[in-house]
Amino acid sequence: MTYFSSVEGSLFLITALVAVVSAVMVITQRNPVYSALFLVLTFCALAVLYLLLGAQFIAMVQVIVYAGAIMVLFLFVIMLLNLDRPLETQSKLKHQRLVAGVLAAVLLVEMIYLLHRGLPTTGTQPSPPRNFGTVEEVARVLFRDFVLAFEVTSIVLLIGMIGVIVLAKRHLDEKKAAAPERILSPLRKE
Amino acid sequence: MDWTYWLFLLLKMVIVLGWALLMVPLLIYMERKVLADFQARIGPNRVGPVGILQPIADGIKLLLKEDLLPAKADKYVHFLAPLVAVVPAFLALSVVPFGPITHKETGTGYFVTHVNVGLLFILGLGSLNVYAITLAGWASNNKYSLMGGIRSSAQMISYELSMGLALIPVLMIAGSLDLVRIVENLGVAKGEGLSRLLLTVPLTISFVIYCICGVAETNRAPFDFPEAESELVAGFHTEYSSMRFALFFLSEYVNMITVCALATTLFLGGWKFPFVPETGPFPLLVFLAKVMIGLYGYMWMRATWPRLRYDRLMKLGWTRLLPIALANIILTGILMIAFQ
Repeated sequence: MTYFSSVEGSLFLITALVAVVSAVMVITQRNPVYSALFLVLTFCALAVLYLLLGAQFIAMVQVIVYAGAIMVLFLFVIMLLNLDRPLETQSKLKHQRLVAGVLAAVLLVEMIYLLHRGLPTTGTQPSPPRNFGTVEEVARVLFRDFVLAFEVTSIVLLIGMIGVIVLAKRHLDEKKAAAPERILSPLRKE
Repeated sequence: MDWTYWLFLLLKMVIVLGWALLMVPLLIYMERKVLADFQARIGPNRVGPVGILQPIADGIKLLLKEDLLPAKADKYVHFLAPLVAVVPAFLALSVVPFGPITHKETGTGYFVTHVNVGLLFILGLGSLNVYAITLAGWASNNKYSLMGGIRSSAQMISYELSMGLALIPVLMIAGSLDLVRIVENLGVAKGEGLSRLLLTVPLTISFVIYCICGVAETNRAPFDFPEAESELVAGFHTEYSSMRFALFFLSEYVNMITVCALATTLFLGGWKFPFVPETGPFPLLVFLAKVMIGLYGYMWMRATWPRLRYDRLMKLGWTRLLPIALANIILTGILMIAFQ
C-alpha cells in the first residue's frame, strides 16, 4: 500500500474515482446536457491520469481536443436540436440493454481474469526514458518512426473534411436551384 | 520535497491570486476613467479622492443585491456556470512567467510553476472557458441568454482556431512550449542581421492575429457578441445577479490579464527590456508594465470601435484570419530553412 499512501497514489485514487463515477453518470442521467457535462468531467479526469503517467502532451491534447472542442460541439447540437428535455420515449433499438449487458459482462470477466493472472510488475519492465511524454519526445517518435502512419491519418482526416463539405454543399445547391433569390438574400422582402 | 518547498509554492500561489484579485478593481476603475476620457467626460469622482473607491462601492453593491434564480432555470447548471468561468481563469495565471528562473538547481523563479506544456495548458483552459458562457446561456431558460450562449460558442471556437495557428510561428522559432524557455530562446533563436529582421515579419503578423483573437476570446468590444446589449438584453448573463454575476465579471477581467500576459510572454519579450537589469524587482516591473500597456489597449479598442455585425465576425475569423495564419506558418517555415 505504499503507492496509494504517496501524494501521487492518492491523487490517482481520487482521479480514478471521479473518472469512474462520472462515466457511470454519463449513461444514467436522463438529461442529455447533464450526460454531456459528465462526459467532459470524465475527459478532464482522464487528462489528470495521463499527467500522473508522465504523458503531459497527451493530457493537454485530451483537454483541448476532447473537452474543449468536441464536447462543445456536442452541447451545441443538443441545445440547437432541442434535445435538452429528458427523453420520455424508450429507445427504438430493441434488446439494446441486453446486448450492452452481455458486452459489459464479457469486459468485466476479461478484466478479472487479467487482474487475477497478475499484471506485469514494474520490476520486469524497463522504466520509461527521461522526458518521456514531453512534446519533444512525442514529436520525435511521431515524425521520425511513425511518419507514414501520421501522414496517412492526416489524409484520412482530410478526406473526411472534404466529404462533409461535399455533403453539406449538395444540400445547399439543391436549395439554391429551387429558390435562388431566397438563398442569396434571406432577409429580402418581396 | 520537504515542507518548505510546499510552503513556498503555497505562498507564491497566494501572491499571484492576490495580485489578480487586486488588479480587477484597479482595472475597473481604470476602464471607467479611460472611457470617460475618450468620451470627454469626467468619470467616477464621488467615492473617495478622484473616485478611487468607486470599484469597492460597486463591489459591495453587487454582493448585497438579491441572488435571483429564474423559476424554470436549471439550478445546478446555473450554479455551476460562474464557477466554470472563474476557476480556469485563475488557473491559467499559474504558468505565467513574471520573471526569469532565479535558482537554476531547483528551477524556481518569478512564477508559480513552469511546465513543459505551459502554452498548451493556457490554451486548454481557454477552451474550457466556452462552457461557462454556453452553460450560463442554456441554464437560464431565457431565449436571449441561449442566443448569447450559442453565439459565444460559435465565436470562441472559430477564434480559438486562428489563435492557436497564430501561436505556431512563435513555437517554431523558439522551439519550446515552456513559457519561460520561449522568452529565453526567442531573442537568440531569431539570429542576427537579416535573419532577425525577416523573422520579425511572420512574428508581427502572428502578433496582430493573436491580438484580434484575444479580444474575441475574452468577449470584449468590438467582439462582445455574447452580451450584445442592443440585440440580446445582456446575453448570457441576463438572468445572473449578485455574486454569480460578479464571478462572470471577475473572470472576464482575469482572462484579459491572461491574454495580455501571454502576449507579453510570446511577442513582447516577457520580463526583458533593453538596459534594464534582470535582477531584483526589475523583471517583475517590466513584465507588469507591458501587461498594463496591453490592458490599456483593450480599453482603447472598446472606446474606439463599434461592434461588428455577427456574420462579418464569422467571415473575418474564417475567411481572413485563418488563411492568413496558415500562410504565416508556411512563411515561417520557409524563412527558418533559408536561414538555418
